[in-house]
Amino acid sequence: MAYSEKVIDHYQNPRNIGTLDKSKKNVGTGLVGAPECGDVMRLQIEVDEETGIIKDAKFKTFGCGSAIASSSLATEWLKGKSVNEALTIDNMDIVEELALPPVKIHCSVLAEDAIKTAINDYRVKNGLEPIEDTKKHY
Amino acid sequence: MLDFPIYLDNNATTPVDPRVLEAMIPYFTKFFGNAASRNHAFGWKGEEAVDYAREQVAALIGADPKEIIFTSGATESNNLAIKGVFEMYAQKGNHIITVETEHKAVLDTCKHLEKLGAEVTYLKTDIQGLITPEQVEAAIRPTTVLISIMYANNEIGVIQPVKEIAALAKKHGVLFHTDATQAVGKIPVDVIADGIDLLSLTAHKMYGPKGVGALYVRRKNPRVKVTSQMDGGGHERGMRSGTLNVTGIVGLGKACEICKTDMEADTARISKMRDRLEKELLTMEEAYVNGSVEHRLPHITNISFKYVEGEGLMMGIKNLAVSSGSACTSASLEPSYVLKALGLDDELAHSSLRFGLSRFTTEEEIDYAIEHVRDAVLKLREMSPLWEMFKEGIDLKSIVWAEH
Ligand SMILES: Cc1ncc(COP(=O)(O)O)c(C=O)c1O
Repeated sequence: MAYSEKVIDHYQNPRNIGTLDKSKKNVGTGLVGAPECGDVMRLQIEVDEETGIIKDAKFKTFGCGSAIASSSLATEWLKGKSVNEALTIDNMDIVEELALPPVKIHCSVLAEDAIKTAINDYRVKNGLEPIEDTKKHY
Repeated sequence: MLDFPIYLDNNATTPVDPRVLEAMIPYFTKFFGNAASRNHAFGWKGEEAVDYAREQVAALIGADPKEIIFTSGATESNNLAIKGVFEMYAQKGNHIITVETEHKAVLDTCKHLEKLGAEVTYLKTDIQGLITPEQVEAAIRPTTVLISIMYANNEIGVIQPVKEIAALAKKHGVLFHTDATQAVGKIPVDVIADGIDLLSLTAHKMYGPKGVGALYVRRKNPRVKVTSQMDGGGHERGMRSGTLNVTGIVGLGKACEICKTDMEADTARISKMRDRLEKELLTMEEAYVNGSVEHRLPHITNISFKYVEGEGLMMGIKNLAVSSGSACTSASLEPSYVLKALGLDDELAHSSLRFGLSRFTTEEEIDYAIEHVRDAVLKLREMSPLWEMFKEGIDLKSIVWAEH
């Protein structure tokens, strides 16, 4: 199966690999997937407490090239968005941007879940209600 | 000079040896006769070539040429052996013994027969991928008609104790079939010394062409019969109808002849390279060989690089053609059933790469593989949250993972 150029680019030059201090109140962490399923993504956001803007985003992913690319792209998109804007990122946007084939759609789903989980972690840490995921993928 | 990509997937298939190709070429255009045409020189020439190939195949496995039935490959040979025995010996019983780590051509044939009333025991291997003769004996029933156990496994190369199992089968009056697709041509296989009743082989795993193989069917002590699964003109003594693939059969014969003469030298060279590749890759932390290293084919190694996913890893070594037990490529998201059957964690199965060397593999290719696999593993571990947790001393088993 051939990968799209964008997937290859993210795989070869992943954006924003790394780790943020998860003990900080303005950092939200989302760890999704499972080792036995072959993908685990950890996505983190750091929010500017004054403006509510995501000022940094980092990821680490165990998975195939599409999973790595999906999470790398997600961190790129997150930076500079407000937390509420970030909630609008849809897995199908990732599918489209990376030209993922149908068997790889689950990678984009996982990335969306990672975003939502990170945001909820941030919200709960800051005394807010977690957002209900209205879109069940599974 | 290295030619890219480097092919290290020789358990999937091998290139055709130029000597094999050379032997085949005249049979496409010049000696194209139907081996069953008894009334002219074209037919005779075809028949002569087939007879000669039959001798070459028989010689490699210590059989009599009359015991070789040409087929389209090991899948067909396995089908013919298992379905053919099941039908032919239906009077005696309906029980078959096989192993969980068999190739799908055996497992799915057994599943098919289960729908037709067969009872099948699927033996479990140990963590090394091995079964014991005792396990087999314990599974034998009065109704057992066939024991089908592969000679060597296609994913991990593990060699089963075929001789001991065959002896037990004989003691209990049960026929013994072995899928020797991966073993024939690579290690000495002798149907008499090993006590094998039926044996499947294929050309394309031993430098022959795809789409041609053979089934060995013993003719003496005991005389084994199989019900044909392909009916028609009564070729191959009625056991497998269809105009013979003369060109392919010539290729199979030549491939067998070369394997016989070159086996010792090939094995010495290839296993040395395999051992070097394996040793170098195992110097990395958290890298493990899957399956027995003691009872193993000389040209294969299957290694798990923990905390790195196999398909992602293959993308990082795109100049190397290898395969992975990771499931990411399949829609099912299930990793290799062979590695799972050994009792490996799914996670280790997802992290595995299979390297298969051939007589055409060079030292330079192995150097390249060592360097680039290592680089890719290190790079991906930097990206892996699991590696980070491992390094922090977090037990991954203690985490409640969100199932997907
Ligand atoms: C162990 C084993 N059995 C059977 C087969 C099927 O052989 P063929 O491709 O000739 O049908 C293979 C190869 O894929 C194999 O490795």
